[in-house]
Amino acid sequence: MKLETLTQVNTERAARRPVIVITDVANGEQRLVKAADFAADPLHAELGKQLRMGKSAMIEADGKKLFLNVYAPTARLVIIGAVHISQALAPLARSLDYDVTVVDPRTAFASPERFPDVSLVAEWPDVALPPLNVDHYTAFVAVTHDPKIDDPALLHAFERDCFYIGALGSRKTHAKRGDRLKAQGATDADIAKIHAPIGLNIGAVSPSEIAVSIMAQITAELRLPKASAA
Amino acid sequence: MLNRDEDILQAAEAWQKAGHGVALATVVETWGSAPRPAGSSLVINDDGTFLGSVSGGCVEGAVVTEALDVIASGAPKMLEFGVADETAWNVGLSCGGTIRVFVEKVGQS
Repeated sequence: MKLETLTQVNTERAARRPVIVITDVANGEQRLVKAADFAADPLHAELGKQLRMGKSAMIEADGKKLFLNVYAPTARLVIIGAVHISQALAPLARSLDYDVTVVDPRTAFASPERFPDVSLVAEWPDVALPPLNVDHYTAFVAVTHDPKIDDPALLHAFERDCFYIGALGSRKTHAKRGDRLKAQGATDADIAKIHAPIGLNIGAVSPSEIAVSIMAQITAELRLPKASAA
Repeated sequence: MLNRDEDILQAAEAWQKAGHGVALATVVETWGSAPRPAGSSLVINDDGTFLGSVSGGCVEGAVVTEALDVIASGAPKMLEFGVADETAWNVGLSCGGTIRVFVEKVGQS
């Protein structure tokens, strides 16, 4: 591997942009494809598939054996609301290898006793979120039930193009939320990105079951091809 | 968090820039129950110092030895480890899987 290639891989990874290194294993010839160039690449179908799965793999193309080494950013989960559901959701997400951050300005909720081993930010979203560098590889979940906290957080998630956005609340609650967010500049397309009611419909009752339904929906959004994502 | 691949690749870059000979070994194919998935990597410098893992400890010693050859020659190599061959009982995978590891020098032009 050329030093230049290695340096580029490290730069892209530090910026949380996906990158794939393609190696011809017969002779060691290599090229690097950055996220911005995936669509135009002759191997775009294979690159897209491996990136979605987050998996490196050997493929055959033009009679050559090529190794696609996929460097995908670690997925993150930002949870707005240090509530009961979050206490189940945070450890579940960690077990699925997400970097988890919980944000809630209410210090009685956002306490280390209730959230051991999780990154906690006891600030309002306008203070807490900008330093988190929320990006496309972030799943964003708003579960406080309080528009003062959830609404500004959701507006931030729209701006940052999160791969998953979910918010707690019934259809009726969600309709009202849509009206409020639009009054603050959100578009219909933004509102359509919100999964609400949150989670796959598996009849979840307890906070832990709701956490499972949320992580199942996030997994589907991350891994399934776009047309068939739940 | 030294087991994260980004730290391993940063170490590879730092070693190379500090004037070390460096090789990168990457799992490129697995069959059966292999301990680490394709893409797992190990970096080795010319002191024999290494970071990362291609098999959770089973064959790292052999990979490091081969990597020192690759650093010296500059030519990449494909290694295969499994239980089916003779050497496997010495350095092989107790889990019964087979892995192929691509070893390349870092910094070749």
